[in-house]
Amino acid sequence: MNSGDSAAHAGGAPAEESKILRRRHRADRRFRLYGLSAVAIALLALVGLLGGIGWNGISAFHHHQLLLDVELDRAVLGLPAAPDVDESALRTANYTAAIRERLRELHPEVSGRKQKRSLYALVSSIAGFELQRLVLADPGLLETSVSLALPLSDEAGRYLKGDISRDSEESRRKLKDDQLDWLDAWAAQGLIERRFHTRFFTGGDSREPEVAGLGGALLGSLWTLLVTLALSFPIGVAAAVHLEEFAPRGRVTDFLEVNINNLAAVPSIVYGLLGLAVFLNFMALPRSAPVVGGLVLALMTMPTIIIAARAALRAVPPSIREAALGVGASPPQVVAHHVLPLALPGILTGTIIGMARALGETAPLLMIGMVAFIADPPTGPLAPSTVLPVQIYLWAESPERAFQELTFGAILVLVGFLLLMNAIAIVLRNRSEQSW
Amino acid sequence: MAQQGTAAGTRAGAGHAPVPRAKVLSRELSVFYGEKQALFDIALDINANQVTSLIGPSGCGKSTFLRCINRMNDVIDTCRVTGSIRLDGHEVYDPMVDVVSLRRRVGMVFQKPNPFPKSIFENVAYGPKIHGLTKGRGELEELVVSSLVRAGLFEEVKDRLQEPGTSLSGGQQQRLCIARAIAVGPEVILMDEPCSALDPIATARIEELIDELRQTYTIVVVTHSMQQAARISQRTAFFHLGVLVEAGDTSKIFTNPEDGRTQDYITGRFG
Repeated sequence: MNSGDSAAHAGGAPAEESKILRRRHRADRRFRLYGLSAVAIALLALVGLLGGIGWNGISAFHHHQLLLDVELDRAVLGLPAAPDVDESALRTANYTAAIRERLRELHPEVSGRKQKRSLYALVSSIAGFELQRLVLADPGLLETSVSLALPLSDEAGRYLKGDISRDSEESRRKLKDDQLDWLDAWAAQGLIERRFHTRFFTGGDSREPEVAGLGGALLGSLWTLLVTLALSFPIGVAAAVHLEEFAPRGRVTDFLEVNINNLAAVPSIVYGLLGLAVFLNFMALPRSAPVVGGLVLALMTMPTIIIAARAALRAVPPSIREAALGVGASPPQVVAHHVLPLALPGILTGTIIGMARALGETAPLLMIGMVAFIADPPTGPLAPSTVLPVQIYLWAESPERAFQELTFGAILVLVGFLLLMNAIAIVLRNRSEQSW
Repeated sequence: MAQQGTAAGTRAGAGHAPVPRAKVLSRELSVFYGEKQALFDIALDINANQVTSLIGPSGCGKSTFLRCINRMNDVIDTCRVTGSIRLDGHEVYDPMVDVVSLRRRVGMVFQKPNPFPKSIFENVAYGPKIHGLTKGRGELEELVVSSLVRAGLFEEVKDRLQEPGTSLSGGQQQRLCIARAIAVGPEVILMDEPCSALDPIATARIEELIDELRQTYTIVVVTHSMQQAARISQRTAFFHLGVLVEAGDTSKIFTNPEDGRTQDYITGRFG
């Protein structure tokens, strides 16, 4: 605070010396406190963020189903009485009617079109398709009674999960009091079952939140990352090996190095525009396809991999190279037998971190059409698909309230994968810290 | 890469008839690192089946000279060599020379023990493998064992050949490096301060080993220890500031040097 003062104490008496000492210790403590509070703030932010997402998203991993025994009566389904029915008739039969019939049986007191409609609305509009699938697989089920676990509508699901309160004003919620009564009655009769939401992880996207799943996005991300890895890893490592081990030092190498560093810092959307111009417009590759997404992300990841691989190669001690050269290994043998195996953990760490970044990337994929609504999981790298972060983006802007929960659930899945990849990278890095 | 030697190669021969026992022979050998000249017109004979010590203060060029013999200087981009250095009468820097086979004939042991981070067995077996020296596993194992025996290491490691070479002690690692160099069957072994990272006991073992190996190989040792040079070598060359000041029988260099600088260096007045 006052430098003249402390200068005066510099070589002073013991009392003054201890004063300086105390002041220095106070400064030390203050310095440590700054660091600690910075770490504490960072931790708090992280816990708050992840905690918030987890709190909102964890409920997406289970859902409620309605257990019903439905009579597959030919008359109700609108099928002819003849025992042999052709497939197209089975396909178009009115399965929803069978389910509605059963619902009416449950609640004989319901009367009038409006009230009936609100009863039917509690079951998902795609419940009929579930039944159709069962019957198409086994037509022998006709004229029998089948036990079904049917998806409830999104709003019913939200009520059962506690998102909607009966105490709120009736006019301000979609579910009316009579609907809530029915749901409560079903729950009391044990007709409602809480299950793990398998479909959330395996199903494709849907306009109905209760059946929308991440399966398509997961597969799309997998295909995209496979293409990215298959391109960027070998090309990136080969480029790094050449630049680090074989290229003569000079203007050209320096120029390349500067540009690789620049490319690593280019905003990702620019790669998306490049992909749109080159891969879609010029090369006419299919729109929304993981192969194009993979190409774009490979371009984006390559500089990162080259930089990480060069650093890893440089970290291999020169003594190992000398030892190998000394027994008469040729330079390619030195690289292939000694340098590359020793650098591999570092290279893989960089690659995984690059892949994690590619997994979370949204912007460039919007440019190449991976933002479309695609209900079927992709069958291959050329099939239209979407990826995890884009799916999150799509769900986040869907109007139905139930999509909010799905959005958080999808974020949890994405963050889970990112943490997994980073954990693998850390394990690899620790393993590479060996002595030579 | 290898064109530097030819220009001066023709200049070298005429005036100097090769000494019959000389294994390595250098004439007017100069080495440049970029603009800086590291060696000036070195003319030195290294005799077969002898230990030749290269002594001199740090930065005097002795390691540079050593690295000319197996062309380890090639890996330094800015390094340029002129003049002549011959192995058995053949120009080392001839563009036709295959560096890989040259290094098979001229092995090297480095200052810091640098075993590969692989098993002890793999460390020794690597050289023979890449040169295709053995047929089948049995022959390779024999060669590995005999190399370890010659390097005086076998008794200490025979039960743990699969353990990493880096798990050995410093002295053992250096003997492992010697075994690795021997395994490819070299004629000359270059040692760049092989004991400077070792304790006195390990040093004594290496020195004994060098003396034994002299029967089979021509050995060139760079050392900072005058006592070591006196103990192990038959001939000694004193380098100073990139110039070969004096070379001759070790006994003569240490008892009756001709040059004042040699006298000053061995008596510890500089360096």
